Amino acid sequence: MSETKFTYAVARIRALEVSLFSASVIEQLIACRDHESCLRFLAERGWGGADVPLTQDAILTREREKIWETMREMQVDMSVFDVLSYPNWFHNLKAAVKEVCTGKSGANIFYEGTPLSGEELTRIIQEKDYQALPENMRGAAEEAVDALLHGGDGQLCDVIIDRATLDAIMEAGRAAKDAIIRDYAESTVAVADIRIAVRACRTGKSLEFMKRALAPCGSLDIDRLAHAALAGMDAVTEYLSGAGYAAAAEAIKESPSAFERWCDNRIIETIRPQKTNPFSVGPLVAYVIARENEIKTVRIILTCKQNGLSDDSIRERVREMYV
Amino acid sequence: MLASITGNGWALFGAALAVILAGCGSAYGVGVAGQAASGVVSEDPSKFAKVLVIQLLPGTQGIYGLLVAFVALSRYGLLGSGSVELDVATGLMVMAACLPIGIVGLISAMHQGRTAVAAIGIVAKKPDQFGKAMLFPAMVETYAILALLISILALPAV
Repeated sequence: MSETKFTYAVARIRALEVSLFSASVIEQLIACRDHESCLRFLAERGWGGADVPLTQDAILTREREKIWETMREMQVDMSVFDVLSYPNWFHNLKAAVKEVCTGKSGANIFYEGTPLSGEELTRIIQEKDYQALPENMRGAAEEAVDALLHGGDGQLCDVIIDRATLDAIMEAGRAAKDAIIRDYAESTVAVADIRIAVRACRTGKSLEFMKRALAPCGSLDIDRLAHAALAGMDAVTEYLSGAGYAAAAEAIKESPSAFERWCDNRIIETIRPQKTNPFSVGPLVAYVIARENEIKTVRIILTCKQNGLSDDSIRERVREMYV
Repeated sequence: MLASITGNGWALFGAALAVILAGCGSAYGVGVAGQAASGVVSEDPSKFAKVLVIQLLPGTQGIYGLLVAFVALSRYGLLGSGSVELDVATGLMVMAACLPIGIVGLISAMHQGRTAVAAIGIVAKKPDQFGKAMLFPAMVETYAILALLISILALPAV
């Protein structure tokens, strides 16, 4: 019975999925002559709004707002989406730590719509009032401040908070009743670990660094992954092929942009079964991820158009769409 | 306590079961399908007629339950003032005849409601597939009709 409590919302999402961009719409967007015509194409498709300026940032920001407006309208318990917002929450923590420790404050460095505002986070870090933070942030905040204040190591500060983000996502996945949250958490952490290992391998990072950065997950042995990254890219691709990530290994061999595309596509593959699920919160979570992916893809296309990249180069960077 | 129940009491109990069980199933089925229909119409009001037809499909079991109860009550003179006295065996048989539509009606309407929700999802995304979408919940109806047949055929045989 409990799974039918999302019946209304899921049906509404099914109606909304019709307006998600398919691969053919993305192809039409790529075919637009320049950046301006891309923006006009998006406006014709209802992106932005009557009172939204015809600029890339304004349109994409408005589209992001629309996602959460829709979810709130459906009277859904918003805590099911917390796991999707963890990267933003922890980004704000990172920004607050850097702002306080370096004394430099930048404009628009905080995401909005998080449980703790940027100002509140800054106060907490300034006063070292770590108990005011959510439990999964406390340790990382204290450690990151220590690393930046006493060691002056900005990269270590980033690694500590990024690792805490992955641990929080994994923990939320383990605690979740819904399979979609568990699968999303597993895929997100596995993809992040692979990304860390590949980058660490390219930049020649130490084993200690990798062990500090890699978060444990169900589908990867992070110890073996770290050792493979230390041995070289061939060892990484060999390990990944054996661990069920052969597509990732192929993408790494192909090009850096193909690998980045695989990372995002893997998440879309994880949520794709929700297209045929008429009950549970799964289709709602999948819709939010699909919209985020759509906005990210449009951002990539617009940025490529702005920088005059060829259509083929853009296609290489375009993510797989949900519909 | 059961021994004190008369034949008329058992027959009435059977008729009540047919109405209550099948009605509850239909209420659930139409309710859950209605939630899905509302979700679709809130985004695309032009699909109102299509989703309404699908929403109503699980409502038939309640009508079947009412029909069987009505036949049972009228056939054994339990409607109106001039009622007849049924013996306990006859009353129990009337109740047994009412059970198929009661039980099958309850279960099939619940499942038909869930299938209707899935079918409404099809209409939301592909309105041109309305005919096919309607067939899936309509399949569940088969078993409610079979149960209705048995109840209707069994009642005169009591």
